[in-house]
Amino acid sequence: MLEILLDATVRAGTPILFATLGAIINERAGIINLGIEGLMLIGALAGFAGTQASGSLLVGVLAAFFAALLAGSVHGFITVQLRGNQIVSGLALTMFGIGTTALFGRDMVGLTIAGFERIAVPGLSRLPVIGKAFFNQDLLIYFSFLLVAAIAFFFYRTRWGLALRTVGENPAAADTCGVPVLRTRFLAVTIGSGIVGIGGAYLSLATTPMWIENMTAGRGWIAVALVIFASWSSYRALAGAYLFGGITAMQLRFQAMGTTVSAHILQMLPYFCTILVLVISTIRLQQGASQQPESLGQPYDREDRK
Amino acid sequence: MKLVAEKREMTSRLFRFAAPLVSILVALFVAGFLLLAAGVNPLQAYLEIFQESLGSLYGLSETLVKTTPLIFTSLGVSLAFRMQIWNIGAEGQLYMGACGATAVALFSGIESHALMITVMFVAAFLLGGLWGGIAGVLRARWQVNEVIVTLLMNYIAILGVDYLIYGPWKDPKGFNFPLTAQFSDAARLAEYFDTRLHSGFFLAMFCALILYLFMERTIWGYEIKVIGSNPKAARYAGMRTGLAIFSVLFLSGAIAGIAGFSEVAGLQHRLQHGLSPGYGYTAIIIAWLAKRSALGVVIVSFLMGVLLVGGDSLQLSWQLPVAFSYAFQGLILFFLLASDFFIQNRLRLVRGERHA
Repeated sequence: MLEILLDATVRAGTPILFATLGAIINERAGIINLGIEGLMLIGALAGFAGTQASGSLLVGVLAAFFAALLAGSVHGFITVQLRGNQIVSGLALTMFGIGTTALFGRDMVGLTIAGFERIAVPGLSRLPVIGKAFFNQDLLIYFSFLLVAAIAFFFYRTRWGLALRTVGENPAAADTCGVPVLRTRFLAVTIGSGIVGIGGAYLSLATTPMWIENMTAGRGWIAVALVIFASWSSYRALAGAYLFGGITAMQLRFQAMGTTVSAHILQMLPYFCTILVLVISTIRLQQGASQQPESLGQPYDREDRK
Repeated sequence: MKLVAEKREMTSRLFRFAAPLVSILVALFVAGFLLLAAGVNPLQAYLEIFQESLGSLYGLSETLVKTTPLIFTSLGVSLAFRMQIWNIGAEGQLYMGACGATAVALFSGIESHALMITVMFVAAFLLGGLWGGIAGVLRARWQVNEVIVTLLMNYIAILGVDYLIYGPWKDPKGFNFPLTAQFSDAARLAEYFDTRLHSGFFLAMFCALILYLFMERTIWGYEIKVIGSNPKAARYAGMRTGLAIFSVLFLSGAIAGIAGFSEVAGLQHRLQHGLSPGYGYTAIIIAWLAKRSALGVVIVSFLMGVLLVGGDSLQLSWQLPVAFSYAFQGLILFFLLASDFFIQNRLRLVRGERHA
């Protein structure tokens, strides 16, 4: 029972994990991205269409990454180069994503593909309780483990990571040190968006290997809230994503067990818990030293430098 | 040769006024390519949009029917914008308003038309206000991000309405469809000219007028603007920003709640699944396009009403998904943001490398 629940937790948490990681890369560079929901949908559709056309899951994942990267570059250009309002641009990206995927996904409805399959890691998958949940999963899940560690390494152990964090904290100082602020921010937005796209692709290639209009159902927004819960750290994003995976898994389990509680009420749980977690982590942030990037949400204009 | 952007010393009034229109036109142009890629002839599609929504008196009345909830929700959103508060939850607030009005219509047993409508209105106002007010308390008390809270509350509200209409409120004679029983005549707004145009539209216009007077002619409205543009100065001047944040989000939600009242009492006469095709989201665009002015809200709501009515007809004749209009709305916003840059800056070609 616990094993099954843990397994479902990881599988339900993974799309949110990718999305949260992508959003963290955006925000670390100082750009708020409210387009996560739309980017996930674009990734989900592009991933499905890519796999459907080529027969290769790898092509699908790459298609998801680059399609979301391309869509994210619009947000990047508007907020970084044109210094446009980040909230409005992100909302526009979400709407654009919902609309275009509904339009181009029409022909994909009802088609099927062979989705990702489980590959057991020899030895580790035999571990009691956690073995099956963490080491008898598909390749994208193993990739997400790697990505969490890689992003943490990148932020704190590489020059580029330092540059990325600095343009989010104090772009004027970064500029003085010769860091190309606009280029760094733009790259962070686009690559972060691409990673969000992979999260969407997980839904259409692994969770349910098919395309359903608006299949993200608010997961992108949960990811946006989780960034604050994770205080912009990739390891804590893992914890947050699995927390929500767990809530989703339990809710599905309750439904399968045939409880008398309405499915609609159970479906509210993840959204309700997100708000709760958001409130608690916001209060905690204010009590301790805030981890929020200092210049989050503020456009950088060299002429305004003091 | 290098392209550089320079700040303009003065921004042109004409530019600022024309920007929303130009953005809509460019968005139409780009959306044309999307339609083309999806196998739809864009010129025919656009012609159809305008014929259906403006080409006949009936079409025009349908456009006004769609304009009505857009005006309410956009007024709510733009009120919060005034204070730099983002209410992305108008959709959920509309659902809550509709829910409140429906509860009164179905279960109060009031027989007088005037009293019934009044109580329905108040219930919608309060429930919508509650939905916005929750985000208001969280924001005022702990600075919790209102964008995320209001947005997630949409999902909760819509699921809550689904729970009611699939469960306890389901019409026993409704062949198991997710809808409530029809309202009695006492709970219905008057309709005009043999069309579906109902009193809700005039209420929306009246609401826009009230809000305009409130914002431009009262101290309260002035305080909201000051708190929005300079919260520090507002605090120095002794304004109670926390209270103001709460009341603005409450009021913003309440006005969006009236949209729900107007939809169930004026148009649908019952609570049903898919009550709103996303009026609350479109409201964000309208509020942004209208630059926070109440008159602007009315004009832009009408333009969006044209697109929605046209979009419905495209859905039938070309099997376009309803959600396609979101793509279009997203494009409008992108171009509007880009145009803001060109209002503030001009591009110039400069010879040689520029040395900073």
